Amino acid sequence: MFKGPVESKNEAAMSELVPEPRQKPAVPMKPMGINANLLGYIGIDTIIEQMRKKTMKTGFDFNIMVVGQSGLGKSTLVNTLFKSQVSRKSSGWNREEKIPKTVEIKAIGHVIEEGGVKMKLTVIDTPGFGDQINNENCWEPIEKYINEQYEKFLKEEVNIARKKRIPDTRVHCCLYFISPTGHSLRPLDLEFMKHLSKVVNIIPVIAKADTMTLEEKTEFKQRVRKELEVNGIEFYPQKEFDEDLEDKTENDKIRESMPFAVVGSDKEYQVNGKRVLGRKTPWGIIEVENLTHCEFALLRDFVIRTHLQDLKEVTHNIHYETYRAKRLNDNGGLPPMTVETEENHESNL
Amino acid sequence: MAASHGAGQPQNDGCRSLSLSGHVGVDSLPEQLVNKSIKQGFCFNILCIGETGIGKSTLIDSLFNTSFDDPVSTHFQPNVRLRAQTYELQESNVRLKLTIVSTVGFGDQIKKEESYQPIVDYIDAQFEAYLQEELKIKRSLHSYHDTRIHVCLYFISPTGHSLKSLDLLTMKSLDSKVNIIPIIGKADSVSKTELQKFKVKLMSELVSNGVQIYQFPTDDETVSEINAIMNGHLPFAVVGSTEEVKVENKMVKARQYPWGIVQVEDENHCDFVKLREMLICTNMEDLREQTHAQHYELYRRCRLEEMGFRDTGPENKPVSLQEAYEAKRHEFYIEMQRKEEEMRQVFVQRVKEKEAILKEAEQEIQAKFEHLKRLHQEERLKLEKNRRVLEDEMAMFIKKKAAAELLQTQALVSTPVNFKKDKDRKKDQGFRLELLCFDVRDEQTVNVHGQTLRNTDDRRSKR
Repeated sequence: MFKGPVESKNEAAMSELVPEPRQKPAVPMKPMGINANLLGYIGIDTIIEQMRKKTMKTGFDFNIMVVGQSGLGKSTLVNTLFKSQVSRKSSGWNREEKIPKTVEIKAIGHVIEEGGVKMKLTVIDTPGFGDQINNENCWEPIEKYINEQYEKFLKEEVNIARKKRIPDTRVHCCLYFISPTGHSLRPLDLEFMKHLSKVVNIIPVIAKADTMTLEEKTEFKQRVRKELEVNGIEFYPQKEFDEDLEDKTENDKIRESMPFAVVGSDKEYQVNGKRVLGRKTPWGIIEVENLTHCEFALLRDFVIRTHLQDLKEVTHNIHYETYRAKRLNDNGGLPPMTVETEENHESNL
Repeated sequence: MAASHGAGQPQNDGCRSLSLSGHVGVDSLPEQLVNKSIKQGFCFNILCIGETGIGKSTLIDSLFNTSFDDPVSTHFQPNVRLRAQTYELQESNVRLKLTIVSTVGFGDQIKKEESYQPIVDYIDAQFEAYLQEELKIKRSLHSYHDTRIHVCLYFISPTGHSLKSLDLLTMKSLDSKVNIIPIIGKADSVSKTELQKFKVKLMSELVSNGVQIYQFPTDDETVSEINAIMNGHLPFAVVGSTEEVKVENKMVKARQYPWGIVQVEDENHCDFVKLREMLICTNMEDLREQTHAQHYELYRRCRLEEMGFRDTGPENKPVSLQEAYEAKRHEFYIEMQRKEEEMRQVFVQRVKEKEAILKEAEQEIQAKFEHLKRLHQEERLKLEKNRRVLEDEMAMFIKKKAAAELLQTQALVSTPVNFKKDKDRKKDQGFRLELLCFDVRDEQTVNVHGQTLRNTDDRRSKR
């Protein structure tokens, strides 16, 4: 009598096709049917289920930074992205708060749970950016903050007795808000992005996009892209990190439609019998999640639903490694493991 | 939609929970992570320790449904070696890089004290390689081929009695470095009742000797029950086979005996299915994680402490990264200088010695040269003397010849011209002959020539 791994395994294998987390069915001890194909089945693909379960248990971290001048709708957009009152404006601050004299960095942590998945979200706000008369070097506090997070992580990583899970406060994604002037990028925008595109993933967005018509939008976007290219600024997804052809084609499509022109709102209105998020104006209701009105849905899907993990990986594997290599090189490097070999000495110093 | 918390929220890690008013999409995160991992592929490394002929290769072949073509080894290996082979398996869209490491010659030697050392060394070497990569300045950890051993299948001989001392010794030295799963090989030679007693005895021996074997994790509700049951079945009694036998119209993996057929995948016959379940389908990820988070961290900690790194300085104050490295670097630099000095001393010493030897040789050669020169000088003098003697003789002969010629011309006045010519010719020839034969050689030969010429002279004069 043939007993072996049975049908429920097949179910487990097929569950990966359905993009929803499923509980792995319990392993039966008695045969539930004979399937001759399974003679060749080993069960290696169950590792996917195992991995999925583990990650659901440990949860995810995500740190997003928003940068832009006051009044561009940063807080509203973040609230719309995460469908809740995330930004500092709603957690005890009011709009009459004075604009700070220098750029401040404020990080607020939240926990989001959806479908059994726990995510610790940290939103880092930068009030005061670009708001002064003299905006020289206003990106410096931001750059300093980002590097401080890398430093913290590095310190934890080189400890002898390390924590099981090093707390990750590194900035995974920086949303940069471009003012919808319709002309071109401002010098401040260019300066900021030039300095920071090498240390963090920058996603430029065109704020308050409901002030532009469709043609103005496409033209503006093209101009912005051209300017970024001319200045050698690579925004996320960076061309150089495309791993294979599949990635490249997918990312090319996205790059062509960036920067996304977004509208944010946390108020709901009734449209065609449905309740949608939108902005009510005398001339109509702008639906935030309607692709014909603005590109918010694209941004949300891009950042959260398809590329969140990739954002984290690029930060960890590339930006963090660059920082680490630079830091260790400046410091004289780590002493080599074996004292006898001269070559190690050379390469590490 | 409104935040369910009032004012006075801390603005740091005292995170508040957000209540979502719509679908955000955070639940797609595990899927994203899984997709990335699938792209990268997985790695799994198994170490099989067991005596020669206990069925390691067969079991692995049966587990992975392929024949890995391991050559059979003899019992006469002089010491224990490890043989590692890597295979790429693919099932649906999952690619697995499987590395199987087997011991060769384990338990075959007469003296077995050193048997476990090569294994420990191998495991440490894999940890070391990973640590080195991690400490590099320019590193590529995400594309690094992880060779650390994730699980060790320890094959126990089916004696039916208890653990061998070699088994205890080996397992004790490995239990803090790798996840050990003990299994009983060739379990079809132990009867059911004996098997139960055997298992109980083995487990109690392991426990009483403090050997830490791998326990299947019981913290996740979905698998805790199964894992707990399986934990009670350890060690697994397995039978491996790559041959197929027809049983009830189906070809199954089995071993055919005259008294019956042992089916590998029959739970009543052996624990093969349980092993495969536990090893691959349920706990592969956990094994990998334990290796990384527990065994590797322990190794790393010990190694770094060995190297002199500390997290806290001598007064128990936290030492910053920079200070630690500077101190280490300074130390290393001094060490290097000392070694350089040493080497220089040694070099100078050697040079001196060599010089002395060369001087001696020089003097020897000089003496020889003098000797040879002297010999040469003597030879020359000798030869000079000979030459003078010869010259004297030549002079004498010329005088004689002149005298003889004079006599000839006087005698020739009354003889015919032809004759004179003949005589002259003869004389000339003779003279010429003599000249041709005249060379500076031994006195003897010269004398001989001189003698012949005196003879011809005499003959002529006699005529």
